Amino acid sequence: MSDPKTPKPVSGPNRRAVLAGGTALTASLFMPKELRAQDFPTAEVNTTGLAVTDDTVTVGILHSVTGTMAISETGSVQAEKLAISQINEQGGILGRKIEFIQEDGASDWPTFAEKARKLLVNDKVASVMGCWTSASRKAVLPVFEQHNGFLYYPTFYEGLEQSPNVIYTGQEATQQIIAGLDWVSETKGAKSFYLLGSDYIWPRTSNKIARKHIENFLEGSEVVGEEYYPLGHTQFNSVINKIRLRKPDVIYAIVVGGSNVAFYKQLKAAGIDPAGESPLVLTISVTEDEIRGIGGENIEGTYACMKYFQSLENENNQAFVSAFKEMWGDDIVIGDVTQAAYLGPWLWKAAVEKAGSFDVDKVREASPGIEMTTAPEGYVKIHENHHLWSKTRVGRAQADGQYDVVFETAELVEPDPFPEGYQ
Amino acid sequence: MFSGYSMGELGAIFAMQGFAGLILFSVFVLMALGLAIIFGQMGVINMAHGEFMILGAYVTYLTSNVFSAYMPELFGIYFFVAMILAFIASGLLGLLVEWGLIRHLYARPLDTLLATWGLSLILQQTYRSVFGAREVGVTIPNWMMGSLPLTDLIEVPINGIFVMVLATGISLAVYILMFRSSWGLQVRAIGQNRTMADAVGINTAWTDRLTFGIGCGVAGVAGSAFTMIGSTGPTAGQLYIVDTFLVVVFGGAGSLLGTIASAFSISQAQSIMEFFLSGSMAKVLTLLVVVGILMIRPQGLFSLKLRK
Repeated sequence: MSDPKTPKPVSGPNRRAVLAGGTALTASLFMPKELRAQDFPTAEVNTTGLAVTDDTVTVGILHSVTGTMAISETGSVQAEKLAISQINEQGGILGRKIEFIQEDGASDWPTFAEKARKLLVNDKVASVMGCWTSASRKAVLPVFEQHNGFLYYPTFYEGLEQSPNVIYTGQEATQQIIAGLDWVSETKGAKSFYLLGSDYIWPRTSNKIARKHIENFLEGSEVVGEEYYPLGHTQFNSVINKIRLRKPDVIYAIVVGGSNVAFYKQLKAAGIDPAGESPLVLTISVTEDEIRGIGGENIEGTYACMKYFQSLENENNQAFVSAFKEMWGDDIVIGDVTQAAYLGPWLWKAAVEKAGSFDVDKVREASPGIEMTTAPEGYVKIHENHHLWSKTRVGRAQADGQYDVVFETAELVEPDPFPEGYQ
Repeated sequence: MFSGYSMGELGAIFAMQGFAGLILFSVFVLMALGLAIIFGQMGVINMAHGEFMILGAYVTYLTSNVFSAYMPELFGIYFFVAMILAFIASGLLGLLVEWGLIRHLYARPLDTLLATWGLSLILQQTYRSVFGAREVGVTIPNWMMGSLPLTDLIEVPINGIFVMVLATGISLAVYILMFRSSWGLQVRAIGQNRTMADAVGINTAWTDRLTFGIGCGVAGVAGSAFTMIGSTGPTAGQLYIVDTFLVVVFGGAGSLLGTIASAFSISQAQSIMEFFLSGSMAKVLTLLVVVGILMIRPQGLFSLKLRK
């Protein structure tokens, strides 16, 4: 997986100068392999007492492997471990092997905060890959800011946040939502939308953005219904009847967790087959992971809007998928968040090498502008606001549980966590 | 809300909404019957009820895999086999749990609550270790998916009808067991006066064990049926447990008729409110009404008149 596009190999005595300049290195994450630890004395690359020795550096992995969220977070843990082992195979970071300490957030937000504190204060980890739900991120945020930790957060989320101590490797809401709505409006001629979601901050904020966009930016389009159901709700027959009554062109569904399975099964059983596209079902909450529980035959024809699908056809992704399957088994599926989690260790490596230091302040300073040409999703770049520039794609669910990519934005979509006109 | 619709369309929508209410009613009955038997007759609060349901769901998942691998031509009917196996599996686990855990705690109702809560955590983690943390997809035979067009406008989901038929069948079976069999007579006798029942020679220990087993078995069948409409994962049982307790407590412990009446009123109230309000608001109002009624009538809708 070496990158043929590396502009110029860095070598010899001028390496520091280049590192300080930074530009040459950022083009590639796959550094020439000769970075040796002795060129980077521990005392210089670690001035803040992090867990960095002459040949190792320790990071933290903080996800739920027990409890409700284990369903979703397992994939992220696997992706992060894969990235770490690949980085180590290529010689590690600044000549140091990455070791990780994994803690279990146990789907419980105070536990996340407690474990984050343990990782930062006791273990002195240099960075943390972790969290999944917004609730867990909000719980650890004060800890990271107080102890100046550095978190790579993988999930697509509602935005409205920008912490100096977090790099958001998933999409924020406007990146994920607007391109999808434009697509369905332009190519499918959709005019009326029924917004549906689980009742918590992410679906509500996302639907708010969707509604603003539909009403203000899509000519002649309207929202004919907006509805929320408690998390874990399993009976959707009433809302399906309401949808029938309203006859929308698009059902815009942000249902999560176990409710997802119930919603799609009951939708199909009620005679609204997504494959018929009348109404068309567009979602931002169903990745390949969720389809396994829903069953491909029940969701076939639903469109999902996100930045990554396992079926993406490019060399980076083929290498990523086969490495992932080799490490974790052939029957595994890879969803959007799993891929975003995979970016975390690589982006951190690039920032550390650009900064020539593990110090959090220097890594933070080095992060904006970091590019990754080897990302499975194609190409990403860290924005000043700590989110990623990335493309948005629309996929059509297949009976085999994979998505067929039917659209992708021509340009990278700029992250805009505090979108004006959408609040 | 209804302007611009013809009477025919509105009629069709209301008819379908009526069906939605009935389906919800059947789901509630299926969820609650097993718990009502155990809670009502034995006074044991089984917090692991949801996990017994999910055991049934996993048995269904395994059965569907076996059928599609070895007997694909019989796949269309595997669901019936799966439900019987689910009853047996959950029932046997129930017997085992009663023998190993519950029978030591009859005198301490609060401890059964804690013990079964612990049991539910153990079962969840067991499912997670055996089947993985992710949800499994249970393939449903084609004839059970889709909808039945009654008229041009009215469509009824087939799996909804299936759940309704099943709920009726199981209610009848439980009724016959309770009120027409000697076991039922013994269970009711024990419920009224355990010491006296013991004195007249009823084997209370065995009756208790069987009651618990049957309650759990019914939960297993419910879980099996719910693979059609819901998710199958290690923690999916938790999705049902709150509604289940709501139905049983509102109906009045110890009364099967109360459970059914309560399932009917809660499901209709919720279904109607869901149609006119948002889903979350409907849930809030339903809970408020139930809490209000329970404040006035703490014993629930129906209760056995006992001499205390």
